[in-house]
Amino acid sequence: MEGRDRYLGEIPAWCPGCGNFSILNAFTAALAAEGIEPGRFCIVSGIGQAGKFPHYVKCNTFNGLHGRAIPVATGIKLANHELLVVAVGGDGDMYGEGGNHLLHAMRRNIGVKVFVHDNQIYGLTKGQASPTSMEGMVTKNQPFGVLSEQLNPMAMAVALDCGFVARGYAGDREHLTALIRSAFYHDGFSLVDILQPCVSLNKVNTWEWYGNRVYRIGEDYDPRDRVRAFEKALEWGDRIPIGVIYRNDRPSFEKRVPVISGGPLVDGSDRWHELKERLSGSLREFY
Amino acid sequence: MDYTIKIGGEAGQGIQTVGDALAKVLSRLGYHVFTSQDYESRIRGGHNFYQIRVSDRPIRAPRRPVDILMAFDRASVTLHQGELTEQGIIVYDPLQLKESFSGPQYLDVPFVKLATDTGAKEIVANTVATGAILGMLGFPIDPLFDIIARLLKRKDDETREQNRRAATAGYEYAAKNCGRCAFTLRPPGAPKMLMGGNDAIGLGALAADCRFYSAYPMTPSTGIMLFLSARAKEYGIIVEQAEDEIAAINMALGASFAGVRSMTGTSGGGFALMTEGLSLAAMTETPIVIALAQRPGPATGLPTKTEQADLLFALNAGHGEFPRVIFAPGDPGQAVSLTAKAFDLSQKYQIPVFVMTDQYLADTQWTMDGLSLEYLPMRDWRADAGQVDGAGEYRRHAFTSTGVSPLAVPGKTRHVVVTDSDEHGEAGHIIEDGETRKQMVEKRLFLKMNNIRKEISPPLFLGPAQPETVLVSWGSTYGVVRETVEGMPEKKMAMLHFSEVFPLPGIEAFDYLEVLRRAKRTISVEMNATGQFARLLRDETGYSVTDMILRYDGRPFLVEELMEGL
Repeated sequence: MEGRDRYLGEIPAWCPGCGNFSILNAFTAALAAEGIEPGRFCIVSGIGQAGKFPHYVKCNTFNGLHGRAIPVATGIKLANHELLVVAVGGDGDMYGEGGNHLLHAMRRNIGVKVFVHDNQIYGLTKGQASPTSMEGMVTKNQPFGVLSEQLNPMAMAVALDCGFVARGYAGDREHLTALIRSAFYHDGFSLVDILQPCVSLNKVNTWEWYGNRVYRIGEDYDPRDRVRAFEKALEWGDRIPIGVIYRNDRPSFEKRVPVISGGPLVDGSDRWHELKERLSGSLREFY
Repeated sequence: MDYTIKIGGEAGQGIQTVGDALAKVLSRLGYHVFTSQDYESRIRGGHNFYQIRVSDRPIRAPRRPVDILMAFDRASVTLHQGELTEQGIIVYDPLQLKESFSGPQYLDVPFVKLATDTGAKEIVANTVATGAILGMLGFPIDPLFDIIARLLKRKDDETREQNRRAATAGYEYAAKNCGRCAFTLRPPGAPKMLMGGNDAIGLGALAADCRFYSAYPMTPSTGIMLFLSARAKEYGIIVEQAEDEIAAINMALGASFAGVRSMTGTSGGGFALMTEGLSLAAMTETPIVIALAQRPGPATGLPTKTEQADLLFALNAGHGEFPRVIFAPGDPGQAVSLTAKAFDLSQKYQIPVFVMTDQYLADTQWTMDGLSLEYLPMRDWRADAGQVDGAGEYRRHAFTSTGVSPLAVPGKTRHVVVTDSDEHGEAGHIIEDGETRKQMVEKRLFLKMNNIRKEISPPLFLGPAQPETVLVSWGSTYGVVRETVEGMPEKKMAMLHFSEVFPLPGIEAFDYLEVLRRAKRTISVEMNATGQFARLLRDETGYSVTDMILRYDGRPFLVEELMEGL
């Protein structure tokens, strides 16, 4: 696709055939379609195969700690809300290690776009169960099968009234590109869970497994109906819906912080002269 | 003139309101004031006290003898009557304590009745009590009226008037009925500032253009966040209460990466959660200031008491090897300037800098004649956007002779800013080769540390030039050690106080090691069980102190106790 070359980053170190490649392609296609300059957005990631994602895109990058992409992204967005701030991670990173941050980011409705590369397994550490691994799945570390119930990130997000809740599929790139663009446009927190096979380690949820189940949500579906959205979010098994499951118009956190209503926080730095006058006033309070 | 007033009662009885109002009146009058608090981890009940020392000379620590004990509960009498001076007075309301005491040291003042007689509610008994203490001491009452007007500015005229009448009633009643009251008052100086440790750190952060503070509430550090959030609008600061300390430090790092000066604050347990983020700050060379207000551990420990037992924790926290700076102010004045210096060094060298205090310093209030803003290091160390744009490329972690790479702001340049918690090359992308790794360690650690050492000020040395005994201290024990040294001139004793504790100051400007070597006795005075600063001093310089005076019961040293220990 035209214009995608300018987002060319390092050469990916993912396994051949990995679902991450098509997510990367959909992502840069969405950027190109929106005409967003590399210097105008920032990707924050944690650790995992998905954590390497920003290195493969030319962009402002903060590749931080496992599970901590969302708080870092929150800090960046609050310091400069004019930047498009994206957080990328896998199911272990975002739903396991970083679960608490995800909950509270949804509550804040901070304008961070979260893309979860959900392959239902731990890739970097070679094949342990993740929060979205299906119950009963046998791994080297879960020889009796996964005993915990599979996390449903979509239902959780709808329950928390998350502003934008969507599921994409690495095998449907055109649909995924459109979904990523919609998330960019949404004012507030966006969660896009992207199903992708792990070709090396997940022998259950394969390209074929997903291909047989995934279907696009129809045009007649109203994602603003929260009760209906909860029903849609619960669909899993023989048929798995992809598309925007739920959205609302809660104003974003950054729009509700009065301190930055006049412009980004970063633009007001280095104002020593003004500061001295204010400080003299503050000192008087101590007398 | 040197008097101590102790106000004791249950949590929720308003002893802090009385204490704060009184301290403010005395400092406004121009006296030197020192206040300290002892409270429990509860909102109602228990036993707390607020102690105010007032003098016409500079004072820097609490003393044991109590001149006026104001008892809002029975426990105040039982627990503290032994601290009373020979001429000391216990003032109380027999109705409130449901008990009457007889003896020359007791002064009955019907706080509640005098309050309700003015038409006010029972709670106004606190105002009566405040007036009563001023009446006993013989101070003018007018400054209290100003304080009442300020504290009650959101209330209606009627309430303010009731409080004025209540204060006057208490003042007159106590002045008339206190036969034992014979306090000698010396003329005061100019009105003074009264400042607590937490507020001082907040003020230092404001003066350094801190624009982002994220934290999770934890005693005794919460006051810093409250101070800043009250001024968020005026100064354009975002104060975000994070979901946990892990989020707090990561948010602050995100904001710092995006170009604003950022800070977090916590106590030991919260800091334990932040250590991975501390390591992240080091690896990504993202500036951050961490206020670490200590309390006794391990684990939850004594949440509202004091200790200096996290020095070696802060020094060694975070996996991997990286540079850091640790400041430990001795009083609120130092807390302001060292917090501002912390921001300056943190951005200049792109490192984490600590401002360490403890519950004692956080919650004590000290008077100051004034505060100069002139010496504060108001300088922006971020790379000039024009210069960054003018260059053909930008590498966030570029090798330089100082180890410091230009700090560009993402979104403010045409280039991209890339950093990583993995070991990375100059451009910020992941590497695994040994040579780059080695160079990066040397850049971050050795090259920077060479220059950082030169920024550290010598310790404060006070006392005879050739002392027989040297008291070594760091952080919040400054005041009590100073009063001890100054109060025992016959001992030929000096003090060395370190407020910039890591890296230790060099000996080029002032050879403090020589002073220590020449003295007969060198005693490290610390609020911990193992002498952590003494250990740091030995590890860094090879010098071992001859003795240690350590306290680890959660309570601060009183001047008399330290003197007795010598």
